[in-house]
Amino acid sequence: MKISNSEYKKMTARASKPSDRMLGGLRAFLIGGAICAFGQGLSDAFLSAGLSTESADLLVMLTLIVLTSVLTAAGVFDKLAKVAGAGTFVPVTGFANSVVSPAMEFSSEGRVLGTAAQMFRIAGPVLVYGSAAAVVYGFFYWLFR
Amino acid sequence: MAKRIGSDVICLPNAPVVRGAAAVGTSMEAKGPLGAELDHVFRDAKVGAETWEQAESRLQSEAVRLAIRNAGTTHDAVQLLLGGDLLNQCMATSFSARDLHLPLAGLYGACSTMALSLALAALLTECGAVQTAVACTSSHFCAAEKQFRMPLEYGGQRPPTAQWTATASGAAVVCADGRGPRIEAALFGRVEDYGVRDSANMGAAMAPAAASTIATFLRDTNTQPRDYDMILTGDLGSVGSRLLEELLEKEHGVRLGGVHADCGLMLYDGKAQDVHAGGSGCGCSAAVVCGYILRRLREGTLRRVLFVGTGALLSGVSPLQGETVPGVAHAVLLTNGEGQA
Repeated sequence: MKISNSEYKKMTARASKPSDRMLGGLRAFLIGGAICAFGQGLSDAFLSAGLSTESADLLVMLTLIVLTSVLTAAGVFDKLAKVAGAGTFVPVTGFANSVVSPAMEFSSEGRVLGTAAQMFRIAGPVLVYGSAAAVVYGFFYWLFR
Repeated sequence: MAKRIGSDVICLPNAPVVRGAAAVGTSMEAKGPLGAELDHVFRDAKVGAETWEQAESRLQSEAVRLAIRNAGTTHDAVQLLLGGDLLNQCMATSFSARDLHLPLAGLYGACSTMALSLALAALLTECGAVQTAVACTSSHFCAAEKQFRMPLEYGGQRPPTAQWTATASGAAVVCADGRGPRIEAALFGRVEDYGVRDSANMGAAMAPAAASTIATFLRDTNTQPRDYDMILTGDLGSVGSRLLEELLEKEHGVRLGGVHADCGLMLYDGKAQDVHAGGSGCGCSAAVVCGYILRRLREGTLRRVLFVGTGALLSGVSPLQGETVPGVAHAVLLTNGEGQA
């Protein structure tokens, strides 16, 4: 008797151990929270050094991006992300890592067609749809302000 | 002369001989339970090469060289190299065949390629077209991740059903006669598709093909699982192995019992090594069969092993286009040769 695709789907679900969502959620909360708290600390430090809120926000983002890039290049970030999951993926750290990691990976195909061409293969969709959403938002903002 | 029995099995009455074989891997594979069975261990995944792709080629060339040496034959005696890998256009094999300068028939069967290459090598030597053939395959974790999944340093998470592509290679020298384990029968599997769409669950995608191939082989040869010392799949991992047993029982009324083993669950230590559902990749079954299994057959600790190589058939674009992941499984019956006159 041949098993139907829908029956096989149920068998597969039973045989496949799911990820531990509680533990994953807890880790993401703690590590992601720690990254955000670190960012807030940086922001406070920049503000107390006399910077404007705008400059402080920008510098926090830049610091996190540079730190992530260095940790990615050192081969540490992916090990942290394996434990942290969405904790490192959601903040700007995830974005920085998604640009640096393909740039490194495809360096063997050359600076132009490797590093540069492949750099945005993961982050590209975020840039495309992020920019598109900004245009739509901007349009309505202009219309109703 | 080869003879077809039943619907799909090809019997090889002269039973070509595996004169020698070799398996190579890296320190990751050496840490596994079969580490001592590897003929050569490279210190790291770079294998002294500039790129991951070159590294994979080197693994394969080394496995072929060692297999020729272990077979007690010479490079010049090899008339055909039957090889394959997972890289686009099988480039690891093409480059290793360039370096070895042997006549090449490149093969693609995803992770089933070791069984496919052994079956073809056996058929070609049986019919006298080739005196000595080498069957080989390889895979490389980093090269496979780069091609099929995400960059190495990308901070993503692998689901528990994902398997770890082995950085390994195996090669076997198949001759028309001589001493050593024999290939007594072969079966080229049909492509089975049970609608699996999750490319991170290859075990589930391949289990139906393995079940179909095993059931057909048993039916055509009129045998039972207990007639074999081992029915060895490669590489279903833990998820696929469980599904295989369920499918065989529900669809074909076959109980594998204790004779089933899976290369993906043998190469690595599932508890100590972070390989999730087990090993995979052409190099996984190649290393297990060309290292451990053929050695045990030569020694006589194993006598009859039905090796069923399983492959998940997908490309970088097929899942993105909404296609399902079909599977294929090829089988070869490996024996210690005592049944032969």
